[in-house]
Amino acid sequence: MSPQLFQIICFYAFGIVAVISALMVISMRNSVHAVLSLVLTFFSVACLWLLAQAEFLGIALVVVYVGAVMVLFLFVVMMLDINHERLREGFIKYLPVGIVVAAVMLVELLALIGVKAMHANTMGPDPAAAQGLSNTAWLGQAMYTQFLLPFEIAALILTVGVIAAVVLTLRHRTGTKQQNPGDQVRVEATRRVRIVKMEAERRQQESQS
Amino acid sequence: MITLSHFIVLGAVLFCISLAGIFINRKNVIVLLMAIELMLLAVNINFVAFSRFHGDVAGQVFVFFILTVAAAESAIGLAILVLLFRNRHTINVAEIDSMKG
Repeated sequence: MSPQLFQIICFYAFGIVAVISALMVISMRNSVHAVLSLVLTFFSVACLWLLAQAEFLGIALVVVYVGAVMVLFLFVVMMLDINHERLREGFIKYLPVGIVVAAVMLVELLALIGVKAMHANTMGPDPAAAQGLSNTAWLGQAMYTQFLLPFEIAALILTVGVIAAVVLTLRHRTGTKQQNPGDQVRVEATRRVRIVKMEAERRQQESQS
Repeated sequence: MITLSHFIVLGAVLFCISLAGIFINRKNVIVLLMAIELMLLAVNINFVAFSRFHGDVAGQVFVFFILTVAAAESAIGLAILVLLFRNRHTINVAEIDSMKG
């Protein structure tokens, strides 16, 4: 089997899995199953990115998305006690509208992007390998030179996200014993240690002998 | 031989599936958030494909930033969801209408 044939077989296999699991995400009755289907979608798309030699992003998708964000979703879905039947109201009612809108949009997108013209655009040699670099080095060199400021802003956005998530879900319970960091920081040495002036005393044993 | 149109068509299909998901599950906030994640993924597929086929690194760097922003967004979205469930005991979008929008 030629490598190109193997590539195309892999593409169709992962692509079909991604599309089927995406359909399962939006049609599952149970939210936990929907999250697990989304994990499968992300995983097969990560495999597709590996096929396009975007190794760093493929692994980052698995580690960051499947490993962190989807697990966060799973925790939240499992913690909430949701009445699934009530949430499914209107599923049948809106189903035709959804299908029609999605189908029309798909046709428009396919007409717009010109599939035929792009079909001639075959996958050439890996641009990173052409420069003698791995994909990670190729990406990293651009990110730490050309895109350094956006990279730092992205770090800031993540920090803001963490703080916002903590502040939003913070809950003060009454009746629990807890430390107040503000008081701890504001305390002065004079309030903790009291220096007492007193006479020097002899040791007890020396005075006896 | 994999061509650019393979990736673009896959991205378009995933995007339309998530759009249909937003229309169908308009009561369930969790599925709405997941449909948004799926939309971002479809866009990311396009970015990776164009970056690979045109040999430009900027597309993959942009995917990296989209992943960052999407992670922050879903963290804040889920925090709001938890808060909403704690206060209203529902995540049904139809019942969250206290702002009368």
